[in-house]
Amino acid sequence: MSTPLTDIAVDPGAGPESESVAIAARTPLELFWRRLRQDRVAFAGLVFVVLLILMAIFAPLLVKLFGIPGPNTQNAQALDDFGTPTGPSSVHLMGVDQLGRDVFSRVIYGSRVSLEAALLSTFFAVTLGTIVGMVAGFYRGWIDTVLSRTLDVMLGFPSLLLGIGLASACSFGNGCLGGLIKPGLTVVIVVIALAAFPYIARIVRGQVLSLREKEFIEASRSLGASDLRTIFREILPNLVAPIIVYSTLIIPQNILFEASLSFLGVGVQPPTSSWGQMIGDASGNFGEVWWYMLFPGVALVLTVLAFNLIGDGLQDALDPKGDR
Amino acid sequence: MTADRQTPLIEVRDLVKHFPIRSGFLDRGKGGVVHAVDGVSFDVMQGETLGLVGESGCGKSTTARLITRLLDPTSGSIRFDGRDIAQLSRKELKPLRRDMQMIFQDPYSSLNPRKTVGSIISEPFLIHGMEKDDAKRRKLVEELMDQVGLNPEHYNRRPHEFSGGQRQRIGVARAIALKPKVVVADEPVSALDVSIQAQILNLLRELQRDLGLTIIFIAHDLSVVRHMCDRIAVMYLGKIVELADADALYGHPRHPYTGALLSSVPVPDPVLARERKQTVLGGDVPSPANPPKACRFHTRCPKAVDGTCDVDEPQLEVKEGGNIAACHFPLADAEVAAAVPTSEV
Ligand SMILES: Nc1ncnc2c1ncn2[C@@H]1O[C@H](COP(=O)(O)OP(=O)(O)OP(=O)(O)O)[C@@H](O)[C@H]1O
Ligand SMILES: [Mg+2]
Repeated sequence: MSTPLTDIAVDPGAGPESESVAIAARTPLELFWRRLRQDRVAFAGLVFVVLLILMAIFAPLLVKLFGIPGPNTQNAQALDDFGTPTGPSSVHLMGVDQLGRDVFSRVIYGSRVSLEAALLSTFFAVTLGTIVGMVAGFYRGWIDTVLSRTLDVMLGFPSLLLGIGLASACSFGNGCLGGLIKPGLTVVIVVIALAAFPYIARIVRGQVLSLREKEFIEASRSLGASDLRTIFREILPNLVAPIIVYSTLIIPQNILFEASLSFLGVGVQPPTSSWGQMIGDASGNFGEVWWYMLFPGVALVLTVLAFNLIGDGLQDALDPKGDR
Repeated sequence: MTADRQTPLIEVRDLVKHFPIRSGFLDRGKGGVVHAVDGVSFDVMQGETLGLVGESGCGKSTTARLITRLLDPTSGSIRFDGRDIAQLSRKELKPLRRDMQMIFQDPYSSLNPRKTVGSIISEPFLIHGMEKDDAKRRKLVEELMDQVGLNPEHYNRRPHEFSGGQRQRIGVARAIALKPKVVVADEPVSALDVSIQAQILNLLRELQRDLGLTIIFIAHDLSVVRHMCDRIAVMYLGKIVELADADALYGHPRHPYTGALLSSVPVPDPVLARERKQTVLGGDVPSPANPPKACRFHTRCPKAVDGTCDVDEPQLEVKEGGNIAACHFPLADAEVAAAVPTSEV
């Protein structure tokens, strides 16, 4: 330097830089866990769901523990002389159905179908929706136009109808797509994922549109990062919180969707039990055999409620503006 | 200083960037263009700090993004180290990015809130596959943190745990990580408290001395650049209107626009402040979508002469005292002395 290096004083009276270091350094996960634990209602939902998952995993064990027959064991003696199923008793806590199968046992096993269908379809919907949304929001232009219009069409399409159509088309023989989508649970999962992913894609796209304008995206580009790197290392970490919230909010929808498909007879294949299918079976003679519809119905309502409570709690807990 | 400040490192010639104006869906394509940068030429010498100053919207950031090739120029050339980089593809540019880095204006938006400081400063090494050994890379990053005045123990903290000034230091560390030849600093202190601005400016000067950096320093007014820059270019509506050594520019501005900018620089001396005749610019900055003909400043210029300034575009030429200015009627020493608080004539 030709001139000696003298300090620049913009404001001579200024003191040293004040450190506004944050409170205690907690990781976002810790912070989030603390907030969630303080939210009693959401926590209750979480406990219920954990128990439900355990119930699904250990269904055979539970059935043995209670000493009740398996879900598909037909017992003609449990029907009365006219062939009408009997109600709750000490032997069959929740009564039996028309074929003499234990309703309690079927409800326990039904949780497997509900959770499997809902969680797997949510996983696929979120994965697909995140990728589509990130690509549309990041690249904008004609790519965005094509993807967004397609999503609009999919959102406008009556998803239950799509489900029934696809499910019945794939429910015969070897299924569709050369046996890739087999009848039964696989069809249900594919249908639900297809119906749910446009919601996720749309939300992700909106978030990415605003994220991509942040200077750290430009900084990443100016360092020479590839688009893929920018998308996955800079944008995706900022999407984790909203994605978690929306996943928990679509899980209950997907549970209901599975129940609807099974209710309509295009879901899981008998004799596998599913809450929706049990309700469907019972809908013809609800007047006499109320227990056959009531118990799977209660299970369904409680499960959906629990997931919704968790979703609401997560939304609050992950809101960076909240400071509980 | 190692560099001689005689050989140009960057030569910008007739650089133009027009942004199409996005209009409605139906009349797409009919809209005009924003003349963000409209024929800009200048050299940046090895080891110098060139200031780029002008009001909001005059095209400073666009110029910076063109030079760093975050944007594709509409026309013109940018020679960097003797090689025209104006038309290079992204792939061809990648190795060049090591030599050319940016410091951004907003320290809140330029750091990813979900990443730790350590991973933000490691990113340049990872992108260029420079230091694959984790432990060695961490050590490098900690050294960088120390160099820019951050505590290396804060390696695993996130940006929100730092103040604005400290965040800007993180941005500086990221920019110098790969030892670039040029750093383009786009208003690096305008988002900071006045008390912290000086610290960041001093840091940049220190780093320049230690690393032999060439710096393009962008600012929206002339108050912070004086001691920072060797030469200063003043922009108005996408064009350079005056270019001079810092002392010459402050001592005897020749373009009336520079004079007006200088007369609004705060002066510490109250007597001087009272005495000076402040040139207040009338009217707003015209829209860059429809800039005035000929001299773009004539609509607001106190010295504009009808029939000349609005008809005949002035070219950049050497004026009295060695300033290069684009003006038919440059300020005389007497006018400078009356209106410009920093005048030395
Ligand atoms: N991506 C873009 N698309 C359309 N117009 C743009 C774009 N970027 C900048 N412009 C326009 O170009 C002009 C110059 O913008 P630029 O950001 O270079 O100004 P600036 O001198 O950096 O201003 P500031 O001090 O506000 O940062 C402005 O009128 C702006 O609206
Ligand atoms: Mg700018």
